Amino acid sequence: MKDDLQLEVELERYELFSGPAYNFTFNRRQFLKAFSGGIALIVPMSNLIARTLQQEQDESGRGRGNQRIPNDIGAWIHIDESGTVSVFTGKVELGQNIRTSLTQAVAEELHVPLNIVRVVMADTDLTPFDAGTFGSRTTPTMAPQLRKAAAAARETLIALAAEQWQVEPATVRIENARFVNHDASKSLTLAEVAKGQKLIKTIPPDVAITPISNWTIAGTSVAKVNGRDFVTGKHQYTSDMKREGMLYGRVVRPSALEAKLVSSDTKGAEAIPGVIVVRDGNFIGVAAPDNQTAIRAEKAIAVHWQAPGQPGNAELFDQLKKNASASRGGGRPVGSIVEGMKAADKELNQTYTIAYIAHAPLEPRAAVAEWNEGKLTVWTGTQRPFGVRSELAEAFHIPEEKVRVIVPDTGSGYGGKHTGECAIEAARLARSTGKPVKLVWSREEEFQWAYFRPAGVIEIGSGVKNDGVVTAWEFHNYNSGASAIQTKYDFPNQNIQFHNSKSPLRQGSYRGLAATANHFAREVHMDELAELVKMDRVSFRLKNIKDERLKNVLEAAANAFGWDKKKSEGRGRGIACGFEKGSYIATAAEVSIETKTGRVKLERVVASFECGAIVNKMHLHNQVEGAVVQAIGGALFENIQFQNGQILNGKFSRYRLPRFSDMPVIDIVLLDRKDLPSAGAGETPIVGLAPAVGNAIFDLTRVRIRSLPLAPNGVVIRGPTL
Amino acid sequence: MTKVIDLNVNAKKLRVDVDLQTPLLYVLRDHLNLTGTKYGCGEAKCGACSVLVDGVVMRSCVTPVARVSGKQITTIEGMEKDGKMHPLQEAFLKADALQCGYCTSGMIIAAASLLNKNPKPSREEIVKHMDANVCRCGTYPRIVNAIEIAAGTAKEVAKRSTRST
Repeated sequence: MKDDLQLEVELERYELFSGPAYNFTFNRRQFLKAFSGGIALIVPMSNLIARTLQQEQDESGRGRGNQRIPNDIGAWIHIDESGTVSVFTGKVELGQNIRTSLTQAVAEELHVPLNIVRVVMADTDLTPFDAGTFGSRTTPTMAPQLRKAAAAARETLIALAAEQWQVEPATVRIENARFVNHDASKSLTLAEVAKGQKLIKTIPPDVAITPISNWTIAGTSVAKVNGRDFVTGKHQYTSDMKREGMLYGRVVRPSALEAKLVSSDTKGAEAIPGVIVVRDGNFIGVAAPDNQTAIRAEKAIAVHWQAPGQPGNAELFDQLKKNASASRGGGRPVGSIVEGMKAADKELNQTYTIAYIAHAPLEPRAAVAEWNEGKLTVWTGTQRPFGVRSELAEAFHIPEEKVRVIVPDTGSGYGGKHTGECAIEAARLARSTGKPVKLVWSREEEFQWAYFRPAGVIEIGSGVKNDGVVTAWEFHNYNSGASAIQTKYDFPNQNIQFHNSKSPLRQGSYRGLAATANHFAREVHMDELAELVKMDRVSFRLKNIKDERLKNVLEAAANAFGWDKKKSEGRGRGIACGFEKGSYIATAAEVSIETKTGRVKLERVVASFECGAIVNKMHLHNQVEGAVVQAIGGALFENIQFQNGQILNGKFSRYRLPRFSDMPVIDIVLLDRKDLPSAGAGETPIVGLAPAVGNAIFDLTRVRIRSLPLAPNGVVIRGPTL
Repeated sequence: MTKVIDLNVNAKKLRVDVDLQTPLLYVLRDHLNLTGTKYGCGEAKCGACSVLVDGVVMRSCVTPVARVSGKQITTIEGMEKDGKMHPLQEAFLKADALQCGYCTSGMIIAAASLLNKNPKPSREEIVKHMDANVCRCGTYPRIVNAIEIAAGTAKEVAKRSTRST
């Protein structure tokens, strides 16, 4: 990889390609103001990534997009005349602790203490363009980029210090944020060197960064840099913000997805003192001096919607199969399935299904919007500040320079906050009221009007020899996505395909995307094949693995779990392994089941994870453990219920989330590979749990469950031997 | 109906002019600018809105403000005393018991309520008491550890048999 940051957009990030939530009446005057003359051909200003990707697809027929990202040093790192180091990145902090890990990277290269580095994140007026915080890209791409910028800044500052002293730069070094000469007889502060300078430089292409083996700040368990603000309640999330004269907004929601507005009566709301009602096409919203009044006004509006009949859970998987396209992703077949089947002693064909699940970030979508002389500023919790800026510019027909999006450290996202609906709605209310407006979605709105992890159907046909060698592997994924659809197993004959389909619900990115679905189907199928040839689950996998790193995580998990020890009475155990986004995971699980009720209990989980060189062991441990915990929901019970465009279990009293009492004993094994560059870790650790638990349930009960969630009501159907 | 109501929040006597049925959560956040207390679900199922009322945890999103008049309300902002953090706050940092931090205020408040009535809770008692609080980032094991550190039943950050190879 050169200096340019490369960005790959995965196919199943559906929400990035869907149309805007609103398209308000075009304001001709606004357009003419922005347009300086000549002939205008108006092209809808759609999302930049979608447009680039679309072009790529049109040109190559393949769904991959690349973008060049500017790498001017001034835009990335700024040392001001007081010696403060500011780092500018378009990335967003949502709990993955990149504010800390990026601070570590910069402090290391600049040779300064952590506390003088300030990271300015996700402000479209201040930070360089960034496509978004997703795909576990910050650590492998942003961190090295900032390291280069910091290293170049250090060399530039050293040259300036050397000039002041009239000595060779090679004799000057930085120690603890001070420049010292060869015998440390003279010293200068950062401020003394930076004072009076006006210098902009571009990062030289050959700038050297600290080798992993010489890391002293990265690679250590630095605490969350602004942790104190969170435990004291001082941190201001978007939903906590207040602006002078700010109003509180509410939006009147349709009765169901696809519903059209038939009639409305807003008189009741307009009669409430202080309330402003805003109508624009299908959009009806209110703004009021306080939250309670806004809620009252929203309820006072009588609306009649008409929604078409739409499929529900019962028809879901048939619909996904029926509406499937020819293959869109996957890849060229390898070898020959026919030959592979001929070589096999046994064949197995099975179908697996995956439910829609919700991200349910604890901070729902929130935005504060204000207009000042035609310029729109929006604070909002999103993973794509620049994407949301485009959405706002498009919705209001204004140039992107007239829009500023700022993202305070946000109350999580997990792939669920890529879109700007709430920002647009707040901005629409603010435009008509002439005052700043805050809009915070309710939990119910978050369930009904955000988007879900795609549901899917996966069919696998395979052949295996009695010695455990898998000879044929045919894999078709309908709708859930192509992430990790390819396997690291060494199968000689493969045909792996992803098929788009028509989703009855709005779907999009979720932590790890379809890697969870594809690992679930693959790793449960592997368990079934091992059962077919009566082999130990670890030995069977090892027989089909050549990849050393995959082998290492699998063996590490098996060892830590005590796989070769005798099973405990009344316990079942299962294992799964895989690879995605540059990192490797193996997960082993132990379950018990209450005989009388059939209630499943996850007793113990071992996850071993390897993502190259570890940047911050404590935060990595936290990420891996958190992914395991979040995975429990999707594995065992999370499941969106819907009918006719309505989410039937869209609130916390109806949607079961993992809680303290669901926690198994969790053992995390981190493999540190200082010889390999660091990959991201926010997503991949989530993929191994569901298959490991499914396999453990089979081990105990001989009941094979091929659908996620495995135990929707907490209960496994009792098998013949239970 | 709007009425002036007397509140005692973080040892300060305050007067607010508000509808008596307004949930305490919005009085704290919108009227008193105490935004450390969070909205999560609006139906007392996630604990993000937890506050202490006379030392006992309550869900402010479903508590009408009228019900807590004259009682001692403590929010996360009231846990720090003279610039010194509460032992639970220290312990949460020490155990790295947060990721996005949105649930953290409610977790610390709920834990404080537990330690008020049971200063040395067992692990089972911690799990049982905290089960009504949701951390979507999945830091539950670390939160249990933090509570044990604050209670003095665990001296150190749990190794939880983590190994690096």
